Amino acid sequence: MFDGKQVIVIGERDGIAGPAIAACVQAAGVPVAYVATECFV
Amino acid sequence: MDLSTQETIKRLVDQHGADTLLVLLGAPDAESAGIAAETVVLGDPSWAGPLAGVQLGLPVYHILEDQVRDAVPAEVWEEQVGLMVDVLEVDAIANAVQEFREQASS
Repeated sequence: MFDGKQVIVIGERDGIAGPAIAACVQAAGVPVAYVATECFV
Repeated sequence: MDLSTQETIKRLVDQHGADTLLVLLGAPDAESAGIAAETVVLGDPSWAGPLAGVQLGLPVYHILEDQVRDAVPAEVWEEQVGLMVDVLEVDAIANAVQEFREQASS
């Protein structure tokens, strides 16, 4: 699913934060294009 | 979705092309996951941001979906996000994201 892709990470403060998702992506050897952690209201 | 995030996504698609990008969400419930997925597939449903009316059709997944879990080294996945499987309603979130992902690929 990640082949040839860069990943845009949209985490959420009340769910899973962006840096945690980005760590998973990078561990899979996939480049991260952008990381955000939003506050959904 | 934050307006600044929408603006950045739009710029990244302009720079790199939609075919090279994939969106991963960390939303806490099905409603917010669905809204975020809709925004990057069909456009901003609130019509407030830069992606209003912009159908990017990006592939979108939630970090807790099985396909993502299978692609990440198990120890990292467990350390970073594994605890949230017991806290969040993963099936409902996955269904909400999948609904829009299928519209992106159709």
